[in-house]
Amino acid sequence: MSILVLADLHEGQLGGATAHVVAAANAIGGDVHVLVAGEGVQAAADAAAKLDGVSKVRIADNAVYAHQLAEPMGALLVELSGDYTHVLASASTTGKNVLPRLAALKDVSQLSDVIAVESADTFKRPIYAGNAIATVKSDDALKVITVRTTGFDAVESNGNAAVESVSVVVENGQSSFVKQELAQSDRPELGGAKVVVSGGRGMGNGENFKLLDGIADKLGAAIGASRAAVDAGFVPNDMQVGQTGKIVAPELYIAVGISGAIQHLAGMKDSKVIVAINKDEEAPIFQVADYGLVGDLFEILPELESKL
Amino acid sequence: MKVLVAVKRVIDYNVKIRVKADNSDVDLTNVKMAMNPFCEIAVEEAVRLKEKGVATEVVAVTVGPKAAQEQLRTALALGADRAIHIETDERVESLAVAKLLAKVVEEEQPGLVVLGKQAIDTDNNQTGQMLAALSGLPQGTFASEVVVDGDKVNVTREIDGGLQTITLSLPAIITADLRLNEPRYAKLPDIMKAKKKPLDVKTPGDYGVEVASKVSLLKVESPAERQGGVKVASVDELIDKLKNEAKVL
Ligand SMILES: Cc1cc2nc3c(=O)[nH]c(=O)nc-3n(C[C@H](O)[C@H](O)[C@H](O)COP(=O)(O)OP(=O)(O)OC[C@H]3O[C@@H](n4cnc5c(N)ncnc54)[C@H](O)[C@@H]3O)c2cc1C
Ligand SMILES: Nc1ncnc2c1ncn2[C@@H]1O[C@H](COP(=O)(O)O)[C@@H](O)[C@H]1O
Repeated sequence: MSILVLADLHEGQLGGATAHVVAAANAIGGDVHVLVAGEGVQAAADAAAKLDGVSKVRIADNAVYAHQLAEPMGALLVELSGDYTHVLASASTTGKNVLPRLAALKDVSQLSDVIAVESADTFKRPIYAGNAIATVKSDDALKVITVRTTGFDAVESNGNAAVESVSVVVENGQSSFVKQELAQSDRPELGGAKVVVSGGRGMGNGENFKLLDGIADKLGAAIGASRAAVDAGFVPNDMQVGQTGKIVAPELYIAVGISGAIQHLAGMKDSKVIVAINKDEEAPIFQVADYGLVGDLFEILPELESKL
Repeated sequence: MKVLVAVKRVIDYNVKIRVKADNSDVDLTNVKMAMNPFCEIAVEEAVRLKEKGVATEVVAVTVGPKAAQEQLRTALALGADRAIHIETDERVESLAVAKLLAKVVEEEQPGLVVLGKQAIDTDNNQTGQMLAALSGLPQGTFASEVVVDGDKVNVTREIDGGLQTITLSLPAIITADLRLNEPRYAKLPDIMKAKKKPLDVKTPGDYGVEVASKVSLLKVESPAERQGGVKVASVDELIDKLKNEAKVL
């Protein structure tokens, strides 16, 4: 077996998701290579070379790969994939954007959001917003897989793999990058945070999300939101947790003013401990919460912040 | 410019699914079906492009069983001009759907193809990207804004860190995210009119596409059920439990 992992990048640095994807690759077994493709990504490649289990890092550093646009990234992967039995990426918006192009061009299926490795050709993945878990077997010659990071514990960084340049440069006349508005925050990344505090429509408006700040500060938490809160314009889209937003599984998830629709639960029900704060004691969120507190969030949040 | 829009028949998003007792699949007998919510957004976007005078014709297409014609009729009621039904009772994976759609693209030569970003049954999030690759076209996935500008289209995409804007040459493939638009409801007179709009029925064989997949579904299980916990009476009790019982503080 030989596996190529497409590295996640965060403004040129190695994204936290890659260590989880390498863990999935290690669970499949075999030679694990990481591809770091972008512009000015030497530091990311060096970080990838340390990940446990990685035997080689391949770096494609060229302006055409900047922002990892789908068309050149897909073409690059097609060029490189010939030597591998598996190509893996995280189920990030980049992985989801790029990998299906590779699969289609190689005439193979893609397995999305894999959460467990049963063997080199058999995997588990959630379907129907996580309300069912499918075990699927692929007989394709190349397995193209996106990995849900919450399914695999990140590997440590004790390794020292060789970093090798990839000379393949593809053309891209079809798409170009215009701009990016990335949320700036000193808080941990939603996907990797140990504690997540999320607000829903019950927060009332964007201003009230400040009530979560003090609590998040004290707990070192990331702040998330329901789709209703994002749609209402309280907070930006990158904070959405759920079936079609981010999937999180922190040690502690605190849902505030969130009813608990299945699409929201899909994104957080694998958290270790769930706390729900809601004024409606019948809210479905209480069916999954370890600790439920019925009451008005506008009274509870200031008290919680002062007592933590 | 012609706009092609792909719609899928799936379980209604409000329905709580059940796994079959023999763990072979999800039980869909007598379950309410509907158009995939992301496809409703895709249809809405196509129809708005027509209303703005950017699109001249909207063609809806689905791959699925006979009953999927209901969803095509819905698309027609919402404003699509005609529909193509590629009929099959097989389980058709995203790759095969993409191959069929690529044939339709070849035949119809649309300027823009709009799909949903993901089907809420398989949660695959692949078809649009695969179609783009097979047709050799650029893609704007997870779109929250689409602006056609001459022979280009500007697409704002919802990405993990925020929003990204890219420019694509036309023709292009777009996949719709939730915030692209707010779909309208079909009005009764439009539902009546939709019954008379043209709907072509084809088979995968007509396009020379083999729908069988090399991926087999071995088992479908319910996820580990979370046991509902306890209600606490006060903030003090909550903090005490988190510290001393759950040990997460
Ligand atoms: C295709 C599709 C995909 C979706 N994807 C997602 C997704 O990824 N993530 C997601 O979250 N949703 C998603 N949704 C939407 C989902 O179905 C729900 O509409 C949404 O999660 C509801 O958000 P909410 O709980 O904040 O709002 P509501 O359901 O309106 O709940 C608000 C809650 O706040 C409580 N509340 C109000 N005031 C107070 C107060 N003062 N104190 C305490 N509690 C208060 C209320 O009792 C209520 O329970 C999706 C829907 C569709 C169709
Ligand atoms: N059977 C199908 N018929 C028509 N369109 C489909 C079908 N399956 C998927 N699609 C389109 O592809 C999108 C993404 O689906 P998927 O990649 O399967 O999650 C859907 O929202 C549809 O627009």
